[in-house]
Amino acid sequence: MAELTYRQAVAEGIAQEMERDPLVFLLGEDVADAGGAFKATVGLLERFGPERVRDTPISEEAIVGAAMGAAMTGLRPIAEIMFSDFLATCWDLIANQIAKTRYMTNGQISLPLVIRTANGAGSRFGAQHSQSLESWAMAVPGLKVVAPATPADAKGLLAGAIREPDPVIVFEHKSLYASKGEVPEGEHVEELGRALVRRAGEDVTIVALAAMVPRALDAAERLREEGVDAEVIDVRSLVPLDMSTIASSVAKTSRMFTVEENPRLCGWGAEIASIVAEGLFDDLDGPIVRITTPHVPLPAADELEDATVPSVERIVRAVLAAIG
Amino acid sequence: MSDVPEHGAGTEPVRILAPDGSPVGDADVGLSPEELRALLRWMVLARRLDRECIALQRQGELTVYPGFEGQEAAQVGSAFALGQLDFVWPTFRELAAALVRGVDAVQYLQYHRGTWHGGPYDPRATRFGPICIPIATQLPHAAGYALGQRLDGTNAVTIAYFGDGSTSEGDFHEAANLAGVWRLPMVLFCQNNGWAISLPSSEQTAGEIWRRAEGYGFPGVRVDGNDVLAVHRATERALERARRGDGPTLIEAMTYRIGAHSTADDASRYRDDAEVEHARVTDPIMRFRNWLLATGIADDRFVMACDEEAETYALEVRAGVIATPAPPADWMFDWVYAAPPSSFERQRAEALG
Ligand SMILES: Cc1ncc(C[n+]2csc(CCOP(=O)(O)OP(=O)(O)O)c2C)c(N)n1
Ligand SMILES: [Mg+2]
Repeated sequence: MAELTYRQAVAEGIAQEMERDPLVFLLGEDVADAGGAFKATVGLLERFGPERVRDTPISEEAIVGAAMGAAMTGLRPIAEIMFSDFLATCWDLIANQIAKTRYMTNGQISLPLVIRTANGAGSRFGAQHSQSLESWAMAVPGLKVVAPATPADAKGLLAGAIREPDPVIVFEHKSLYASKGEVPEGEHVEELGRALVRRAGEDVTIVALAAMVPRALDAAERLREEGVDAEVIDVRSLVPLDMSTIASSVAKTSRMFTVEENPRLCGWGAEIASIVAEGLFDDLDGPIVRITTPHVPLPAADELEDATVPSVERIVRAVLAAIG
Repeated sequence: MSDVPEHGAGTEPVRILAPDGSPVGDADVGLSPEELRALLRWMVLARRLDRECIALQRQGELTVYPGFEGQEAAQVGSAFALGQLDFVWPTFRELAAALVRGVDAVQYLQYHRGTWHGGPYDPRATRFGPICIPIATQLPHAAGYALGQRLDGTNAVTIAYFGDGSTSEGDFHEAANLAGVWRLPMVLFCQNNGWAISLPSSEQTAGEIWRRAEGYGFPGVRVDGNDVLAVHRATERALERARRGDGPTLIEAMTYRIGAHSTADDASRYRDDAEVEHARVTDPIMRFRNWLLATGIADDRFVMACDEEAETYALEVRAGVIATPAPPADWMFDWVYAAPPSSFERQRAEALG
């Protein structure tokens, strides 16, 4: 095991796959000389050269559109969109073209491409640079969607995404880039579609994603002091979604909470809640509770941003209030 | 790093003053001596404030700040040409233009202090649109605004600022094309400062930006963006043309980003210091001051008075910025909708405890 930051782990994941497969290449704004706006591609230009680590003009449509065209020739592009908010500028290419090409060509055309993007709040960047948009992507048939919470997953899930035959959007979290964690040495690849129990517990199940995972874990520690033993599940992959890990936990604890950074309406937790309500109704001892960002744009001011995104305090409060 | 063609290679920009301040064209741009001195004053105030802002960021009083040192003439010369009813669509680097338009610097800087909620200044009162960071998205808005101005029956013009990098976005093309076919009263003002974060403009586009205007059916001009007189004249001509109903103009002002992209950026990763030193030779303030002094339009006392005023002004703004309070957390639900939906009550209780 090596201790790496999340951003180093991203670069290692890309490097691992570029070493392994000469068809893999990276394109995006400021990814080469500058090493990425969030320094998650530092060192790659030096290692793989400008043919495979390509700076692009400020043209998000060209970035994902060219990734699609290149993938059709058999290449395996990794396209970086600097902020997930800017996915909106190239959404036609993602939602109407990339996601639907296999389907609309009778499976003749495969698009093994990855779109990496920096998602989420915590940097005080305001309404157009702090959104959590994984639920947009999750709503489009044909796309796979992952959101790593740890350095190990930043590498492993990215590597898994690169090996996928389908287009995958990897939502890296801005506020996790500096976080540190153990990453397995040598080749490290994670299969998409597997949730992980990050903390075992008996009383309640807390389901979280990306930056909400460490918060849920902190909340679980606080809940322990209150006599509540919480199990924390890291969803990791929204599409495909691992319901069996979540279901066995809920069957054990009989209570489920989701902690979501996305705005409330149609957040990813709503989908999981509906599956649990449908399939595990008799196992539940009380209503499913979603702890989310309210249905507001992300504010820029410190006090406002802190109050908007679910905090450890809010998770603890919501759990205690629900279990009475 | 070094195999890149020099910034601004190709067509020589239109120029009135050489870098040393000696005239190479007709220096009578129709401004009075007071107005000419005002141009210098604004540039000096703007530069001093810009440096203060960088210091404020280093001291933790601003979160991120994008400096504009080197671009004073491009911004001041163009903004100074505007009429009162003309409307500005800025990017995030137009603080100098904002000052000329009368935007209050302390209010503006709330954006970079992260204490704003629902806008740091009033775009309608200042006729200076919201700061726009999503690249080039202000350009289609500007086209629509220009349409509205024309339908209002005024002869007001919309000016949209953008960088060299912004011309790679589809929005630039769509807005320019619309402005062309609808002959909108619009000035597309590009500050080509050589860089878009780490990408040099030669890797941004293989052609010359001003030439694209021809494809959209309106005139384009490349001016020396560090020559405040040339910038002013080019802008004034474009404004007159738009007021006459003859449609848009694309101005490419060749300038240089002396500083890093923003306080969050380390330009030494991708840019040689030698290039920056070379660019300092074409400094817009030095050039214009030399000319004002040589012609006797300004004297040393005026120059000193500008510097002193800039010093006081920067300290006033600093004090104002530091005194700006943080907005309370319960503003979070304000201005999301015209009338808050009833579901907000529960969400408010959940979020704020
Ligand atoms: C749609 C979009 N893509 C990318 C960015 C990230 N970004 C912010 S500023 C910038 C460079 C802009 O360059 P230019 O237009 O030349 O303006 P300058 O910064 O030089 O003033 C980039 C890529 C963004 N803000 N919006
Ligand atoms: Mg630029």
